[in-house]
Amino acid sequence: MQYTSLLQDKRLTVLLTGEIDHHSARQAMEAITAKINVYLPRRCVLDFGGVTFMDSSGIAVVIHTLRAMEELEGEVCLANVPAQPMKVLRAGGIEKLVRCGAERSPA
Amino acid sequence: MKPENEALVQFPSLSANEALARQIAAAFAAQMDPTLEELGDVKTAVSEAVTNAIVHAYPDRIGPVSLRLRRLPGNVLELTVKDKGLGIADVAKAREPLFTTGGAERSGMGITIMESFMNSFSLRSTPGKGTVVRMRKKLQGRGGAE
Repeated sequence: MQYTSLLQDKRLTVLLTGEIDHHSARQAMEAITAKINVYLPRRCVLDFGGVTFMDSSGIAVVIHTLRAMEELEGEVCLANVPAQPMKVLRAGGIEKLVRCGAERSPA
Repeated sequence: MKPENEALVQFPSLSANEALARQIAAAFAAQMDPTLEELGDVKTAVSEAVTNAIVHAYPDRIGPVSLRLRRLPGNVLELTVKDKGLGIADVAKAREPLFTTGGAERSGMGITIMESFMNSFSLRSTPGKGTVVRMRKKLQGRGGAE
């Protein structure tokens, strides 16, 4: 997996690229948490536009990000979620916890 | 039920092999002309089953995991993931959503997703001997039902 981040007005966008599974999930969690701890954003947008596959490990990545942002009293949004990861997220009920899909990354 | 085609692969319980198992399942399913959504469902289910074997069956060692793929009459794909690891003492508990004994990178939703993405799901486990997960999905295919 690859991670690229953008910071704009206390909004941290992390662009995720590649496949999210158990093999890559821990690395993804550590990379996202490190960026949150450096930038201390009010909002963290996980941009799934480059995610080509995701299993339930991706749910754990989102929940891990949510907990990190809760410590900062911030929020998490998901953007550009493709159909396959969205189906997994919906199966996990993640839409009840975070806003999904509508927000787009800055160009 | 006699399969129209079948394949059997075995690999060590290394997490790098999760992607390998998904790709093998997708390549086998391709002959059944699946839709993109069906292919995504199959890859997700295989990933969950193989990951469970890697994480839970062999927590302290590397052991064998097998993936059997069968094409059954009626364009039904059958996937069987088998390990010879620890086994599951309480299968009912393991099937509860959000239950996991894995690490932070597991959500406890693996079995729930396998059940909802496939048409049938069965899990047999014997503590100390291993676990067998069998799933079936009828693929409507890009041309619709047969």
